[in-house]
Formats: sequence, structure tokens, C-alpha cells
Amino acid sequence: MLGFIIQRLWQAVIVILAMSVLVFCGVYAVGNPIDVLISPDATQEIREQVIAQYGLDLPLWQQYFGFFQRMLHGDFGESFVYNMPVTTLILSRLPATFELVLFAVVGASVIGIPLGMYAGYKPESRTAKLIMGLSILGFSVPSFWIGLVLIMTFAVQLGWLPAGGRGETAELFGVDWSFLTLDGLKHMVLPAINLALFKLAMMIRLARAGTREIMLTDTIKFARAAGLSERTVLIRHVLRLIAIPLVTIFGLELGSTLAFAVVTETIFSWPGLGKLIIDSITSLDRPVMVAYLMMVALLFVVINFCVDLAYALLDPRLRRARA
Amino acid sequence: MTAALLEVRGLKTHFPTSSGIARAVDGVSFTLERGEVLGLVGESGSGKSVTGFSLIGLVDEPGRIVDGEIRFEGRDLVGQPTKELRRIRGRDIAMVFQDPMMTLNPVLSIATQMHLALEAHEKIGKEEARQRSIEALARVGIPSPEGRIDSFPHQFSGGMRQRVAIAIALLHRPKLIIADEPTTALDVSIQAQILAEMKALVKEFGMAMIWISHDLATVSSIADRIAVMYAGRIVEAGPVGQVLRSPRHPYTQGLLDSLPTRTSPGEELAQIPGTTPSLINLPSGCAFAPRCARANAECAVIPEEVYEDARRFRCHHPLPERSTP
Repeated sequence: MLGFIIQRLWQAVIVILAMSVLVFCGVYAVGNPIDVLISPDATQEIREQVIAQYGLDLPLWQQYFGFFQRMLHGDFGESFVYNMPVTTLILSRLPATFELVLFAVVGASVIGIPLGMYAGYKPESRTAKLIMGLSILGFSVPSFWIGLVLIMTFAVQLGWLPAGGRGETAELFGVDWSFLTLDGLKHMVLPAINLALFKLAMMIRLARAGTREIMLTDTIKFARAAGLSERTVLIRHVLRLIAIPLVTIFGLELGSTLAFAVVTETIFSWPGLGKLIIDSITSLDRPVMVAYLMMVALLFVVINFCVDLAYALLDPRLRRARA
Repeated sequence: MTAALLEVRGLKTHFPTSSGIARAVDGVSFTLERGEVLGLVGESGSGKSVTGFSLIGLVDEPGRIVDGEIRFEGRDLVGQPTKELRRIRGRDIAMVFQDPMMTLNPVLSIATQMHLALEAHEKIGKEEARQRSIEALARVGIPSPEGRIDSFPHQFSGGMRQRVAIAIALLHRPKLIIADEPTTALDVSIQAQILAEMKALVKEFGMAMIWISHDLATVSSIADRIAVMYAGRIVEAGPVGQVLRSPRHPYTQGLLDSLPTRTSPGEELAQIPGTTPSLINLPSGCAFAPRCARANAECAVIPEEVYEDARRFRCHHPLPERSTP
């Protein structure tokens, strides 16, 4: 197990290194931030002074090494737009996205897996067909449209829930969270549903396909022949056997949603990371873009590592191979 | 005389398919006394496994028992609600399957799987379940079961896995065990071990057993009686020695002829010409007639069962009885 962890850490370092090069060069290729930083009627003197101040006159590789050195110290520079350290800026937005995404992805799994298992267990039943019909809807209807419909229905017409914003927050571990207050929770319901629908559909399909396949195996026949109840068969045998693909998708979805909840956050004006990255791209706020993309890479490395650990917990056959 | 342990009468299990009804089991009858071992023999697709699954009500969808009765200790199991059948499964009638690689759940420890099987029929604490499981594993010949009970299936060899499966099947000391080709997937030397093990266990527990197999050799060494199935029907049945020494049905003779013998090595084996018929379009008369050298116009009608002492067979032109040497 220790060898496995060391191996993964080593891989993580390489991934982060490669990402830092790609991200830096990619962002460097986009536009000229000087046009954004100073007013067009500034004198040539001021212009050159600002360029030298940000080191934009140096060759690319020197700029990269400067960036890399600062990154090792946890310093991603200052945002051009907000005039504050990028790290602080991102960390101030992260909790909002984090809680929203966690609610959406966990909610989608908790609801989707049982529904999918039922649909796979009784594929011919009417309920199963209804579930599958809904999942197609969740897959194919665009998220921004559902978001607008949700706002129209529950915020504008019925007036039950707020249309946007984070609402009241409460502090925990020095961070503001919406889910700790009733008002915050109310604000979170609609965007969380909006984010969750696609994932719900995916979890349903995945759980259904796995269940259908497993139900036909001799393992299940043998369990039934031993007199196990259908409930026990489903919960103790089937769920454990379909868990691996579910955990994989759970991890990937968690990562990609954390990184790219842009549409939902924009529609519900949720002050999270998605909005931040869109704003920074339009204003060519390079340090924010680079730091954000590095954070996303790190996020995926961490999540994949956790998923791998979960595999080992779920499947004893993998434990030995890696030990 | 008390009622037989199991009495199957005119059992029909059919599978509706898009191209017609597949008559996997089509009028099977047999009885089984307590402690008796019945060998159910036939080629793939002859309906022997479906017969086994029908007994515990676990026929795969969309198949169903359309007719007949299965009297277990006098009670008809056909049409019993699932809940009732579940109380019988594992406790009164247990089953062992062909491939031990596929039957045990790869992600649950042996201890967990045995605990679940115990829990299915009685309230039992963790420690007690563990003790009982260890005893059960020891009984089927697994060395140092205390150390191995927390292992996972992939840490056992094929033969050991089958022993674990047998141990699980025997946990509740069932009255009947259905063994569906339990040695087919194993090495020959392991086959012999498992066979001997099963024989001893059946005797020790006083269990009845239905040994389903296509392998006449294993059947002849374990069964008291044998029933030969062809295309969903039992074509010949009787005490194992008599049937194998002097088969009356041409199909049984064909099966015996296709076995290699030690007396004539190197010789080409006799084959039964043709292939097994599709279960959807069975010939209206004797299903074996198209492949049978003795068939004539008479065989277009399903032959009645002929009873002779302890034996019975369905054939218009039975082979003459050989005098036993």
C-alpha cells in the first residue's frame, strides 16, 4: 500500500509539472494583458514601465521559471483586476462552489443509485420505464434552459425560493457557508437541482446497466438459492458489485463540476469559481487564469487518488495486486 | 410407507421466445427418497439444469413452470408465493452450481457470505455465525479454516472455492441438495476429491441429492439411480448399475458408446449422428427419432412409458435386456 501511495505521489508531481508548462504557455498565447492593465491613452513611458513591472518583456522561459519559483512558495501573483493575491481570491470563492457541487453530486448519487438499481432490477415495470424516460430528459435538456425554467417556476411564478445569490451565510472553520443557515439552504436548492439533474441521469443509467448485468450472474443465483431475501441480495451483493464504476463517475463528476459549474453559477448569480474564471478570461486576468487551472489540475489529481483508494477498499482483488 | 422426500409429476417449464415456446422441460416425473442420490444425465440443453432450478423456483425470466407438481415432503411447491419458496431455499433444499469462479461474490469475504447465508434463515450473532462457518468449512475439508475464513474468493483455488460453495450450501443441513455439474469446471484429480467429499457428506447428513451432470462416469460413481434426459423429457430411468450395464433406450446406449474406454484405446469413438433438436420445434413424436437407427413410422407418436421392475423408459423399440454376467 505504501509503495502504491509513493508511486501515485510521484505521478502527481509529474502531472502537475506538465500542467504548469501547458497552462502557462497556453495562457501566454492569449491576448496582451497590457491593453487591459492601462488606459489606451497612457504614455509610452508608462506603458514600458508597467511591462517591465510585470516582467512581460522577458523571454517566455524566463517568465515561466519566475512563475514556477513563486508557485513553489504558494504565490500565484496578484490579480490584475482585483489587486489582491490570487490565492486569497480563489480561496474566498472556493467554498461557495464547493458546497453547491457537493450537495448536487452527493444528492444525485443518493437519489440516482437506488432509482437506477430499481430500474435495473425490474426493467419491464412501468416505474422503471418512467425512471428511464426522466433520465433521458435529464441527459438531453440543456442545463441553462432548465435553470431558467426553475427560476421562472419556483422563484418568479410561485415565489417559493429565491432566484439567485448565496443568501445568509454562517462561519465554520473561518469560512462562510450557506448550508448552515435556512436562508442559505433555500438559496442553494435551485442551483443544486440544476447542477444535479445531468448527474442524476448519469447515475441512474450507470446503476441500471450494472444491476441488469449483475442480476443475471451465478453469484446472484447462488445467493438466492441460499434463501437470501431480494433486499439483502440487492444491498449486500449487487450494490457492492456495481460500486466501482459508480465511484469512478462520482469522482470525475465531482472534479469536473467543481471546475466547471460556470453555467449554473452564472444563471443563479452564485458567487463561485465558475463566475470568477469567466470574468478573468474576459478581462485577460492572467494570474487568476493560471492559478485557477493549476488548482483544477491539482483537484483532479487528488480526486483520482481518492478514487483509487476507494477501489482498493471496494475490491479485494485490487488490494493484493498493489500491495 | 411414508411419502417420498420429493415427488415430481409432469413438470413442464417453458420459455416463451420471439420465435416460439422453448419447451426446456416437458413433462418430467421422478421421485426421490430420503438419502437417495439421483443422477440426472443429459447433453447441454436437455433440460436437466432447468429441472433443477424449477425445483427451487429460480427459473430464469421469462421461463415459468406451466404445468405439473413438485411435492416436497408432501407439499406442492408449484405456485407457492416467493416468500414461502425463499424459506425452503438454502434451508431445506440447497443448490451447488457448476462454476465456483462465478458463484461466490468476489468482493465479499467468505465470512460475510456465510454470515449472510446463515442470517437468511435464523437470527444469529456475529460470533456464533463465525463459529458455525468455521465448522462448516472444516467439514468440507478446507485446511485451517480459522485462518482462511476472512479471505476472499480469489485467494482460493477452484477446488477450494467449490468446497466453500458446498460448505455454504450445507450450512443449514438441507434435506435435499441439488448439485448442478459441480465438478465440471474442475481438474480431473480435484473432481475425484470433490466427488468423494460429496458422497461422504451426503451419507453423513442423510441428505438426498440430485446430481446433474453430462458426465456418465461421475454419475455412475455417486448415484443410486439415474435418469437420462433428452429434449426436456426423461427417456430412461432406473438403478444406476442396471441402466448403465444394459440400457434399453437407444439414446442411453449412444451416450455410453461415445465414452472412451480403457479396453479399446486409440479407437475412434462412436458418435450419435445429428444434433440435439431445437426446443422450439420439437418433432411431434419421439424427439430422438431423427437421430435413432431403430426408428420407424411408429416413432411419430410419443411412446408411452414402459415400466419394468425398478426401471422405466420411453421407446417403441427398446434394446433387448442384456443378461448380466
